[in-house]
Amino acid sequence: MTTVRIPDDAQAIALGADALAEAFAKAGRKVERVSSWGMHWLEPLVEIDGKGFGPATPDDVVAILDGSSAKAIGIIADHPWIASQQRLTFARAGKTRPLSLEDYQSSGGWHGLTRARAMAPADVVAEVLSSGLRGRGGAGFPAGIKWKTVADAPGVEKYVVCNADEGDSGTFADRMLMEGDPFQLIEGMAIAAYAVGAGQGYIYVRSEYPHAIAKLNAAIKLAQQHIAPFQLEVRVGAGAYVCGEETSLLNSIEGKRGEVRAKPPLPALEGLFGCPTVVNNVLTLAAVPHILSDGGSALYARLGIERSKGTMPIQLAGNIKHGGLYETAFGISLDELVNEIGGGTASGRPVKAVQVGGPLGAYIPPAQFHLPFDYEAYAGADALIGHGGITVFDDSTDMGAMARFAFQFCAAESCGKCTPCRIGSTRGVELIDRIREGGKVTADAVEALPQMHNARKAGRSREEELQLLEDLCETMQFGSLCALGGFTPYPVRSALKHWPEDFS
Amino acid sequence: MGGTELDQIIAAHAGRKGALLPILHDVQHAYGCIDAAAELAIAKALNLSRAEVHGVVSFYHDFTPAPDPRPKVELCRAEACKARGVEALVPAAEAAAGERVNLREVYCLGLCAMGPNARIGEKLYSALDEARLVELVKSA
Repeated sequence: MTTVRIPDDAQAIALGADALAEAFAKAGRKVERVSSWGMHWLEPLVEIDGKGFGPATPDDVVAILDGSSAKAIGIIADHPWIASQQRLTFARAGKTRPLSLEDYQSSGGWHGLTRARAMAPADVVAEVLSSGLRGRGGAGFPAGIKWKTVADAPGVEKYVVCNADEGDSGTFADRMLMEGDPFQLIEGMAIAAYAVGAGQGYIYVRSEYPHAIAKLNAAIKLAQQHIAPFQLEVRVGAGAYVCGEETSLLNSIEGKRGEVRAKPPLPALEGLFGCPTVVNNVLTLAAVPHILSDGGSALYARLGIERSKGTMPIQLAGNIKHGGLYETAFGISLDELVNEIGGGTASGRPVKAVQVGGPLGAYIPPAQFHLPFDYEAYAGADALIGHGGITVFDDSTDMGAMARFAFQFCAAESCGKCTPCRIGSTRGVELIDRIREGGKVTADAVEALPQMHNARKAGRSREEELQLLEDLCETMQFGSLCALGGFTPYPVRSALKHWPEDFS
Repeated sequence: MGGTELDQIIAAHAGRKGALLPILHDVQHAYGCIDAAAELAIAKALNLSRAEVHGVVSFYHDFTPAPDPRPKVELCRAEACKARGVEALVPAAEAAAGERVNLREVYCLGLCAMGPNARIGEKLYSALDEARLVELVKSA
């Protein structure tokens, strides 16, 4: 009897995959829970003999089984959305059972680790360096250089920490990888540990991801014999966005408030518990097993453009018709991603803006959709790639409200350590409110107090308020301790620049 | 709060590096809050001051000083869910919640292509419209 394959990814479950699996089991079929292919608009996506049916509900079971279902999409692997991708990090997506060591091994699992452990640690670092792999968390720092720094740092105790605090709205690649292919992340961490001489690793996962936490805990237990003597532990966050910043993440693991640390010292030299520490994002570490496999490093370096090498798991999100996980080599344009692959908006209205890189990323208008997906090209356009999340907005969006939300979010999530972020974010919300009201006629009550010698006593015109906003953005961008305060001006400034009409 | 369960939680993490957050998660889970007495007991066990423990408790959104017996519904109101119209659902959800349900906003559940999204306990819900969200809030 043929097996029915249904994802146990959180997105599929949130759309009813569990009830669907139960319905197939009731119909007498053997159900296998696998990872998700990443075509989220088709979830829950049922697979029988390679053919897909989605989005399926329990009412579709009979028709799917007798071959008359209108939800058939044909062979999943041949679907243009999948066939046009180049999946290295997500090579197993949709194909394997996440917690099956057998599936992992038969699809090339542990090859990278076995090969790495037969090499000198310095040679492992050299391969990562030559692959051109850059940190996928957002900053894009070359992973090999970070590893080399930790490897060369003096110290008996060293750590490998995986940053799985994926708090950016519009991103879900870390979650999908942890839920769908946890052994690959574990293997990547074991390779990193061998390369730098670390004995202990931590995966810091946000508490909003209960499925990922459960999968990782189970996977670590199963993989223990493969990664020994390396020890690995999951640590759970507690709802603080700023803990995705590497130094506050380290403080959080240490059991402290998630406040940002000043750099230097770099975490690579004085990181977790004061010891040399590799801190890498989930996607960075998960790319490592492929890079360490035979010829993997050279293939990785051949892909991509300029200094952005290899593939990027891009996440198409928000108001998009065909959203999900799209892994491809760097260099692809936004127009291809949003309009061709994504099929435009889900609402059917024109695209007004996309935000690339999460809440701290710039809003990009359709006029700039020719931008190639590349760290430097985005930086040159005052934008950032971040974690590769693309959130699409249609023409009903009020960009002034989105700019206000950027400040509001920063105020809610600021760790409070540095002044530009802690106070600037709240002042930013007030300023945008005043600008949208057309400026302020009189000075406010606090400004009018006699002891406020330097405050002006008259109100400000709208133009003066805009100038003040510009000053505030500059102060936050250059004066904040980390990316939260430092990048909040990106969505604000870009919204104001491209859609000034939304601020009046 | 206090007594044996709290002692057991603390003892279970004894000798663990950076034990404070795992302890706080377990206490919050067991008691629905982390009150002053618990902070004091944890501080004593970890050789910290109560101020240090309180500083950590008050920093993180997941930890609360007093229990809230109401059912909790977490609604994502971050950018991707906003792009899919979550803000238009909020008034109806708030009306359905009233004082009976603790309707909280969260920033991102990682289901960003299929929002608006909500979480109730360990269960996740995607592609919500007003009717479905109101139904979830009412049955929470």
